[in-house]
Amino acid sequence: MAAEGKSIDALSQFELGTALGPLGASVNFTQSNLHMVIVAALIFALMSYGMRARALVPGRLQSLAEASYEFIMGMVTEQIGHEGRRFFPFVFTLFMFVLFGNMLGLFPYAFTFTSHIAATFALAAMVFVLITVVALMLHGKKFFGYFFPEGAPLWLAPIIIPVEIVSYLSRPISLSIRLFANMVAGHVMLKVFATFIVMLAGLGAVGPFLSLLPLTINVALVGFEVLVAFLQAYVFAILTCIYLHDAVHLH
Amino acid sequence: MPQLDFANPMVLAQAVWLLVIFGGLYFILNSYVLPQVATVLEDRAQRIAADLDAARASKLSADAAMAELQAATAKARAEAQSAIAAAVQQANAHAQAQAEVLNARLAEQITAAEGRISASRDAAMASLRSVATDTATALVTRLVGRADAAAVDGAVGLALSARGSL
Repeated sequence: MAAEGKSIDALSQFELGTALGPLGASVNFTQSNLHMVIVAALIFALMSYGMRARALVPGRLQSLAEASYEFIMGMVTEQIGHEGRRFFPFVFTLFMFVLFGNMLGLFPYAFTFTSHIAATFALAAMVFVLITVVALMLHGKKFFGYFFPEGAPLWLAPIIIPVEIVSYLSRPISLSIRLFANMVAGHVMLKVFATFIVMLAGLGAVGPFLSLLPLTINVALVGFEVLVAFLQAYVFAILTCIYLHDAVHLH
Repeated sequence: MPQLDFANPMVLAQAVWLLVIFGGLYFILNSYVLPQVATVLEDRAQRIAADLDAARASKLSADAAMAELQAATAKARAEAQSAIAAAVQQANAHAQAQAEVLNARLAEQITAAEGRISASRDAAMASLRSVATDTATALVTRLVGRADAAAVDGAVGLALSARGSL
C-alpha cells in the first residue's frame, strides 16, 4: 500500500477493479460505476426524499433541493436565455452528477470517478454531441457559418476557419481534461501528504511531531478540495451552458 | 497512470456504464423528480402572488374607506359650520327684532312721558299766575292790611310778562 517500502504510491487509488462480485466482473462493472450508481441514488434521494413534504415553507433538505434546482435554473436561463429551459434537466443532471461524484470521492475509501479521463470524456462527448445536434437542428446549414464569423475579411478564411474548427473540436477535450486533471491533482496531493504523515511518523522520537506538518497541510487540502469539487462541477455546467448558448444563438 | 491504460477493457467499459447510469439518472430526474420540484416552486410562487394580490386589494379597499371617512368628516364639518352660522344668524335676527320691539315700546313710553311732562308743565304754568296772585295778595295784606285785588293781578301780570314766560 501507500507507505510500504518507503515509497510513495499516489496512483494506485485510481486503479480500476470490478465490483458486485462475479456478476459485475462478467460485464466489467467497475467500482467506479458502483460509485456512479451511489451518486445517482444520492441525487435521487435528495431531490425526491428531500422534496417529499412539498412544503410551502421548506425544511432544510427541501431548501437544499430547491436551492440546487434554482441555482441551475438561474444559470441556464442566464446563460442560454428563456429557450434554454428545455436543456435544464440535462444541465441539472450533469452538474449534480459531477458535483456529487467529486464530493463522494473525498470520502475515505471512496472512488473518484471524475478522476478518470474516460468518464469525464464520456460526459464531455455527450455535451459535444448535444450542442452539435442542437445547432444543426436549429440552424441547419447555417450552423457551418459559425466557423467563419460575419464581417471577417475573406482572405483570412484559410486561417480563421481551421482555427475555429479546431477550437470547436477541442471543446470536449478541454472540458474533460480540466475536470480530470483537477481531480487527479487534488487526490494525488492528498495521497502524497498522507504518505508523508506515515513516513515522518516513523522517524524516531521527533517523527510524530514532524508529521504534524503534512497533517496540517492535508487538513487545509481537504477544505481546498471541497472548493475544487464544487468549482469544477460549476465550471463544467456553466461551460455546457455557454456552448448551448452558442448552439442556440450561433454567435 | 491507470486512467490512461486504454488496453484495460475496464477503462472503456466504465465510460459505457457511465452513459447507461447517466442516461437512467437523466430519465428519472427529467420525467419524475424535476417536474415535482417545479410544481412545488410554482405553487409557492402562485401562493405568494395571490397573497400579494390580496394584500394589494385590501390596501385599496382600506384606502377607499379612508377616503370615504375623510369625505364624510369634511361633509359633517361643513354641515356643522353651516348649522352654526344659521343659528347665529337666527339668534341675531331674533335679538334685533326684540331690540326693535323694546325700542319702540321705550320710544312710546318716552313719548307718553314727554306728553305727561308737558301737560303737567302747562298745568303748572297755568296755575302759576293764580299762585303768584294769591301769594302777592297775602304778602300785600300782611304788609298793609289790605289788598287791592285788581292792582295785584295787574302787577303780577306785568311781572310775568316781564319775565318773558307765558
